[in-house]
Parts: sequence; structure tokens; C-alpha cells
Amino acid sequence: MQNINAIFKKEIRSYFNSPIAYIFITFFLAISSWLFFGTFFIYNQAEMRSFFGLMPWMFLFFIPAVTMKLWAEEKQLGTAEILMTLPIRDHEVVIGKFLASLGLLAITALFSLCLPISVIYLGNADVGILICGYLGLLLMGGAYLAIGLFTSTLTKNQIIAFILGISVCFVIWIIGEGFVLSRTPGWLFPIFSYLGLGTHYSSILRGVIDTRDIIYYLSIIGFFLYLSTLSVESRKWR
Amino acid sequence: MIEVKELTKSYGPTLAVNRVSFDANAGEVVGFIGPNGAGKTTTMRILTCYLTADSGSATVAGYDVLESAIDVRKNVGYLPESAPLYTDMGVVEYLKFMADVRDIPKSTRKDRLKTVVEICGLESVIQKDIGELSKGFRQRVGLAQSLIHDPPILILDEPTSGLDPSQTIEIRNLIKDIGREKLVLFSTHILPEVAATCDRILIISRGQLVANGTLDDLIGQVRSINRLYVAIRGTEETITPQMNQLEGITGFTHVGTNDGVVSYDITLEGDGDDVSELLFQAAVQNGWSLAELRQESIDLEDVFLHFTSGEQSTTTTSPQPSESSDTPVDQE
Repeated sequence: MQNINAIFKKEIRSYFNSPIAYIFITFFLAISSWLFFGTFFIYNQAEMRSFFGLMPWMFLFFIPAVTMKLWAEEKQLGTAEILMTLPIRDHEVVIGKFLASLGLLAITALFSLCLPISVIYLGNADVGILICGYLGLLLMGGAYLAIGLFTSTLTKNQIIAFILGISVCFVIWIIGEGFVLSRTPGWLFPIFSYLGLGTHYSSILRGVIDTRDIIYYLSIIGFFLYLSTLSVESRKWR
Repeated sequence: MIEVKELTKSYGPTLAVNRVSFDANAGEVVGFIGPNGAGKTTTMRILTCYLTADSGSATVAGYDVLESAIDVRKNVGYLPESAPLYTDMGVVEYLKFMADVRDIPKSTRKDRLKTVVEICGLESVIQKDIGELSKGFRQRVGLAQSLIHDPPILILDEPTSGLDPSQTIEIRNLIKDIGREKLVLFSTHILPEVAATCDRILIISRGQLVANGTLDDLIGQVRSINRLYVAIRGTEETITPQMNQLEGITGFTHVGTNDGVVSYDITLEGDGDDVSELLFQAAVQNGWSLAELRQESIDLEDVFLHFTSGEQSTTTTSPQPSESSDTPVDQE
């Protein structure tokens, strides 16, 4: 725990020492609120469905940008060699880094709370649905982050990590979306629909918290963190 | 403290470390030298549990590198080649992070930080970001990082590469100081450094450990080769044929002609004195005047070349006499 905490603190500090955190938070909030308020007053309804609906798209570009440096930079600078010879287990480093990126996402989500607050102020919003929305956002964000973290372990080039991250996230997300599902053969349909990154998110957005949805995201996160650990360890037997 | 047995590691088809065995104890400074790509870094990475060996075993501080990697790492301070550090962190911030991960108790943390900052001479850069530091200071921060938990074993990969001469000397003295109580294993390809700091020398070449001993031991092993340097006033055309007829020499190279003085490097099998005498007689017979005649002393460079490049080519291919001993020997 102590080790994970040390890595977490180091990564969070590193986000805020560099412009990454500020750029991420600013652009994420600017773009999402701009897109949200663009339609909010036209629909004239006190809800945030359009904001949450944007998230799978926003994450696709923003999340790999946050995770790309986590391992690629360590490899590029050579600092991985010091890090991996400290008395820490590989999975502790992986978890620490994941939690730090999740922390950045949570901080961003915290800042975006002014949106639901204004929605509640302006109309008669369903607070429960808004809370579910944020929970879903963090869970799905976590899954994107785990995937991005994994692609970052594969290369020492941050751009490659970024593009790989977008690609893998895109594929896992798109297979669960309507325009792919409508073209998939019947036997694949339930698998694709289950695996899609957005499917469970939209069911959480409806305001129903189903443990299956939570388990889905936790297992995606667990699976990709496991793959990341394997990938980090692979230096030993390569 | 370090025991290495038959360590072997290959990257694909290339054998990086081939059955290397040695051991080292506390209070020793062990220099690990060898041409680039000889397997120094790989060996160190195995000892620090960054990589795992294909076969063979290694114990560090009594722990097996495979079975108790965490315990090994706790007892080792490691500075990888070219001191990779987080450039966006401050010096103190970085050292605090290391103290955190090394699990140094809160009560002693401040003292340890102070001590390593003092030992490594970091007082003047304590406020700065690592990214702003010069190569020399980065190297020192790297060293401070490896010392923060006061490890019994210190493994340093080319700690002085890229430093200016005065920084190099500082780091060397530091290594010597630390080596009084602890075990320091460091690699370099700068030979005078090894002569100046090490109690023991390990020479590795093409993945194999080719020599292991004190500088005197190794020089003793190379003693069989002798070299003479002779400078004769005359012309090369008249002297060279005569040289061919000298008895007891295995080869010679014409070093150069300067102001009518021709000089040669001569390799001999036996005692230098006999050949000197023969040369002297030849000079008298031919009416040459000898400008210089001396026996070359064997230095580390000769030892290094002897062990890393096979016996025949030891001296005949090295036209530079020993004066040039401050140049790093790079062999790719």
C-alpha cells in the first residue's frame, strides 16, 4: 500500500508539475461545456444526457493523451530502470500509475460539477440520475485509462502509445454501438454488445445501478492492468 | 556479498553474458571493465533484478536474485548508465520520492536526505529542477538516489561517463570513500579510473569474464609480454633490415621518423635485457647513434588489451606507447 501510494503521489505531482494536467482539465471542460450548452437551452430540459452522451467520444481522444506518458516516457528517459529496481513489485507500480491517472480524471470530474449544479439550479433535475451519470463516467473512464496505460507499456514512443490507445479504445467501444451491432451476425451480437465499452455506461446513465455493469468495468480495468503488468515484466524474458 | 555463478543471458541469438562467475565482499571496490557491448550492463541489470538470467545463479546480500528480488533490491543502490532521472521533478522532490519508495522511516528521513545531499555536494542545486541541471549534477543526483537508504551494496553503471575531469575525480574519491565500508561494483571503460579506485578488477569481453584480480595480479599475468622502445638516428631504409635480423624478438613496428630519428616498438618473448644488449651491439657495429632505448612498463591498458583482444595482437597493433593512458579505450 505504501509503495502504491508513493507511486501515486509521484505521478499526480508529475501531472501537475507539467502543463499536462492544466491543459487536460481546461480543454476537457471547455469542449464538453461548449458542446453541452450548445444544445441545452434548445432542448430546454433539466438533464445532462447530452453531456454524458459525449463522454465516450471525448474519452477516446483525451484519455490516451493522459496515459500515453505513463510508461512510454519512463522507457524513453530510461527512468524505468531505476523504478523497476526499487523494492516495489511491478503490479504495484502499474496500480499506482493507474490510480494517479484516475485521480486526474476525478479532479476533472470535480471541476465539471458546476454543470450539474447549474442544471439543478435552472430546473427540476433528477439528482439520482446525475449521480449515476458521474459514477458511470468514472467507471468507463477507468476502463479507458486501463487500456491507455496498457498501450503505453508497449512502446517508448509517446505518439505511438497515444495512437495505439485511441485505436484499442475505439475498437472495444465501437463493437457495442448500434451501427456495428446492426451489421453483426446474430451469434456475435450478445458478445459484442456485452463487451462494448459504452453499452454498460448507457445502462448506468438510465439511473439503474446494476452490479453486472460495475463488474464489467472493474473486470475490464483488472484485465488491462494485468496485461500491463505482464507487459512490464516482459523485459525480463525478452 | 555478491556471489555470481555461471551467469548466462542472451538476447535472441546474441549471447550477452556467457557463464560469468565471481564474488565480491564488503569493503571492496570492484571495477568492471570491458569494451562496449561486452556485457557489463547486462550483468549489472541481472544483479539488480531488472533482468533475469537464462541460467546460472546470483545471490546479492545473501538473497537469490530470482527468489527474493525485493530483498535484493532493498540492499542495493543502483545507478544505471547515464543517470536517467525525472526531468520534471525538483531535486529534493525526487530524493523524497526515493525515500518514500525505499520506505525510510519518517524519523530518519530528514537526516538521510541531508547526508546524501552533503555527500554528493548537491547543496547548490537543491532548489532546482532536475531538468535544469548539468550532466555532472544529474550524475550526482543519481548517486544520491542510490545512497539514500544507506545500502550495503552499491552498483554503478559508468558513473563518470560524460563528466569533466574535476567532476570525474570527485566521483572517484566518493566511490573510494564509500568503498571503505560497503561493496561498490562499478563499470567503466576509462582505464585510469580503475587503476585509481579499484581494489579488484573484473575484465569482461564478449560476455565472458576474462580476468579477475588486483591490478598487480593482472600485470603479473601479462608479464610474459615485454616491450622495448628504441629510437635510432638514421634512415628507416638502412635500419629496418637490420631489425629483422635481431634475435629474440617477436615483432616490431615502425613508430615514426622525426628529425632523422627513427623509432620502433619492439615486442619480445624473453627478457628485455638480452635484446637491449643485442640492440646496443648492433648499433655499435653499424655506427648508429642510439637516441633512446627503454623498456616499456606494462600498464592497465596493456592488461586490458591483452585480455580483451587475444594474445597475438596484444602489442603489435597498439602503436601508441603508454603516455596516452588517459584516453578511454573504446572498442566496438
